Amino acid sequence: MDFNGFYGFLGCPQNTSLCVQIIIILIKIAVVIAVTMLHVAYATYFERKVIGHMQVRLGPMRVGPHGLLQPIADGVKLFFKEDVIPQAGDKWVFQLAPIIAVFATLSALAVIPIFEGFMIANINVGLLYILAMSSLSAYGIIMAGWSSNSKYAFLGGLRSSAQVISYEIALGLSLVGVMLMSGSLNLYEIVKGQQEYWYGMYLIPQFLGYFIFLVAAFAETNRTPFDLPEAESELVAGYFTEYSGMRFALFFLGEYIAMIVMACVAVICFWGGWTAPPILLKWFPFLAVVPGIVWFFIKVYFHIFLFYWVRATVPRYRYDFLMRLGWKVLIPLALLNIVATSIIKYAF
Amino acid sequence: MTPGSYIPSEYLPVLIMMIVAFIFGAGIILFGSLVRIRRPYKDKLTPYESGNPPVGEPRERFSVKFYIIAMLFVIFDVEAVFLYPWALVYDKIGLYALVEMMLFIIILLVGYVYAWRKDAFKW
Repeated sequence: MDFNGFYGFLGCPQNTSLCVQIIIILIKIAVVIAVTMLHVAYATYFERKVIGHMQVRLGPMRVGPHGLLQPIADGVKLFFKEDVIPQAGDKWVFQLAPIIAVFATLSALAVIPIFEGFMIANINVGLLYILAMSSLSAYGIIMAGWSSNSKYAFLGGLRSSAQVISYEIALGLSLVGVMLMSGSLNLYEIVKGQQEYWYGMYLIPQFLGYFIFLVAAFAETNRTPFDLPEAESELVAGYFTEYSGMRFALFFLGEYIAMIVMACVAVICFWGGWTAPPILLKWFPFLAVVPGIVWFFIKVYFHIFLFYWVRATVPRYRYDFLMRLGWKVLIPLALLNIVATSIIKYAF
Repeated sequence: MTPGSYIPSEYLPVLIMMIVAFIFGAGIILFGSLVRIRRPYKDKLTPYESGNPPVGEPRERFSVKFYIIAMLFVIFDVEAVFLYPWALVYDKIGLYALVEMMLFIIILLVGYVYAWRKDAFKW
């Protein structure tokens, strides 16, 4: 990109190339946001169906054939619901919190390469940027908990922020192994680096890192078994107890987009992104016709299915267990992974 | 390149994405406010406390554990930030980088063991 005329930004017509670039960027963003929203809508449906069938129920069946219109009905309902701002709460912070929650997770999507040549921003610190954005979402949580002026929200916010920052460390450390192997923070180069191996993914040498990343990702996105901030049986709905209508929907949206982001990072850093394993292509050459986007979505949806599968299988953790797992198990394991990776990499 | 002349042009899409994301979040709320009903009354605006009238102040004193976790987080997160650039240039520096980082991790482990022994991780 050539931005010599960056200062002529406002005088757009005399600098058409920049103008065109911005329009292309906006189109890409629109596509990504539209696909994400459609995904989130049907992810809720998919989740209810998957969990329903795992519990020998049918899940939503009433709205449309097999309940297919359920997400649209839910969306319309949330849109028209009254949204209550509690008295004596901090009104500005209360209104800003859901916007921050969705802002942080949505902007993390900017650096994710979906297939060869398609990413909104190709920056050289992509992974760091995603980690930074996922830490930002803690602000949404703690602002919501603080400003609601409710005991449940306050306790939920406290718990949640302590949980998110505890697992943030394990999440960050588990990716250092990937950085060591690829020598880059650029997500595109991380994917390319995995093609050098016959198995085409860092999952095999970095299985420990992958395991730590997955556990930390579940905790970061507040999913079961680490959904203590919204533990219904004790805290009603945690930090968004006081939220209703569209503001509640934004928190919901933020959580589901965070799940997509974490699944994408897992796929890009450990599963070879949009590429197929070279060994598979060697054995089954006809697989080469499958476009990268299909591989990418298969892998991402596997991870999203994993989120639901775990939710249907594992009961909620206790808070002291959660802290113990984060600090006393995952962090030493992540450090061990870094030391082992660096020594093996030096030796060979 | 003279100082101040560098334009990080590859970050422009990130900036645009952030602006769009913020407008998206705020826009949904604003657009929704045009169509949704709004009939507040006193009881509806009180904080939810399982149907009872709220008792006392919601923002009570809370456990000091949360502060300890926050402080430990700062220490370990800074450590992780030190590890990133090291991991990126590891190929180029080799043994020197390995030994240096082992020393760094050992020093950090001393602090970690100290925190563990002081029951900072115990909830």
